[in-house]
Amino acid sequence: MISAPDLPLLRIGALTKRFGGFTALDNVSVDIRPGERFGLIGPNGSGKTTLINCISGAFRTEAGTVIFQGEDITVLPPYMRTRRGIARSFQIPRPFKSMTVAENLMVALDFAASADDRIPAAQRRDSAMSILAQTGLASKAGARATSLSQVELRKMELARALATHPKLLISDEAMAGLSSSEVDEVLDLLMGLASRDITIIMIEHIMQAVMRFSDRIMCLDAGRIIAIGAPSEVMADKRVQEAYLGT
Amino acid sequence: MTKQRGSTAFWIGAVAFLLAVLLATQLIGNEYPFFAGYVILQFIVLSVAWSILGGYAGYVNFGTSAFFGVGVYTAVFLVKATGAPLAVQIGVAAIVGALLGFAVGLLTLRMQGIFFSIATIALTIVIETSVTNWRYLGGAAGIQLQRPQVLPPFHSYVQMLFFVQALLVVLAVAIARYIQGSWIGRGLQALKDDELAAECTGVPTLRLKLLACVISGALMCAAGAPAAMYLQYADPGSAFNLNYSVSVLAMALIGGTAHWAGPVIGAVLLGVTQQLLAVTISSEVNVLVLGIMLVLFVVGAPEGLIGLIARLRPKRAEIGA
Repeated sequence: MISAPDLPLLRIGALTKRFGGFTALDNVSVDIRPGERFGLIGPNGSGKTTLINCISGAFRTEAGTVIFQGEDITVLPPYMRTRRGIARSFQIPRPFKSMTVAENLMVALDFAASADDRIPAAQRRDSAMSILAQTGLASKAGARATSLSQVELRKMELARALATHPKLLISDEAMAGLSSSEVDEVLDLLMGLASRDITIIMIEHIMQAVMRFSDRIMCLDAGRIIAIGAPSEVMADKRVQEAYLGT
Repeated sequence: MTKQRGSTAFWIGAVAFLLAVLLATQLIGNEYPFFAGYVILQFIVLSVAWSILGGYAGYVNFGTSAFFGVGVYTAVFLVKATGAPLAVQIGVAAIVGALLGFAVGLLTLRMQGIFFSIATIALTIVIETSVTNWRYLGGAAGIQLQRPQVLPPFHSYVQMLFFVQALLVVLAVAIARYIQGSWIGRGLQALKDDELAAECTGVPTLRLKLLACVISGALMCAAGAPAAMYLQYADPGSAFNLNYSVSVLAMALIGGTAHWAGPVIGAVLLGVTQQLLAVTISSEVNVLVLGIMLVLFVVGAPEGLIGLIARLRPKRAEIGA
């Protein structure tokens, strides 16, 4: 069985991604365990979002492999990865602007499940409403996506990702630009999801949030892993401090 | 269920429309209304077909004339080679159109925005040039065609073509309507809004775009096929005239592409205007009026008449469905 506890949910093996002469990711290898709350940090331009794009399929990689649940998905298009259980939110929210909030989720419910475990069409609206209720957006179901506030947009991105029934959820700076009470709201939301057996990779600049959230933290700098381990260890690492604060 | 009721109303309307068309062909002796009306029906099919890719998916296709022309010349080829009847001409044209749509889609749909549009213009030129140099199909000078015997209950071939084109209208609208209300439409709308977000939400964007391209292409070629017999003549210059691309695009945009009724309204409105202008002033004025209307709508009502109506109507409490 693939779901044996000692097997990683996601295995990134020697991943390299170049943009022309610039190496955005250099030989990155990491295993993410099932159910883990994994924090990904690093200064701007260190390759965090690039790594996410390689995992979700938005980018093709130059070298290396992405293995999800024991299956090599390195060359699969994004939609097939979503169907296998990888969902993500975007750093700058990318809602379907011509749709309502509920319709945004309906896209996920219509498309993300593989043919055999798709929810019957009649129940999809209920399913969308229940996800909106969990994410605190129930009252916004009929609102245009364009009319949402920042925090609501972030939540909708997470709700839409949830509607794909992910095993792995990647949250790309879902808290950037939010007030501290809003940060707590989103953090609670993510904590709630993690308690429901969804593995979460969280990219975040807000250190308190990452520290509180993560079982394990990985720090990238210039496309390389400079530290990985328990949050307190990573924070105490000299190289991490250098990367963030300069020497 | 309201959806069920809407569907019944639609099909009653469609049958009523076809009956009215049939009745008109039996009662009106004068051929001219059918001759003029045929063009309008043809434009309805073309703009509904255009909006499946251009409206729902947001891929602006300037190659309508390529598909239309291929439809015309598929019919010409079949008539010349085998003397195939009209239904076969249309059927084969639809298949050729689907294949062409698939090929064009594979080659161009990875391009986005203006690059896709330019590629479709290039397609028109490539195909037109090929046909111009194909002597069997008449080459640049064009080719004359003889209409076969008209089939009962029709009294003239033009009336029959009018009815056939009306059937194609119903077919095209029914397909567009189905797509709009189904998961295909939702997927196309999602990828139109944001292609990467759609992919990451599980939408197979390339496949859906290909599907839209195939359906749109098949309908456009099918609409073009009867034109050979309508004019009893075909030449590359008129069959692949860029005017088709521009007019059809204008009709769809002026009508509005968010709803299947948009391109129908646009095609009727512009088609009738063009026919009236052609009779009363000159056919050259058409292009001018088209241009002015397009500018007015792009500025004043970018979502077309459908968008305008939706904005004026009180908001209904409707979410998703």
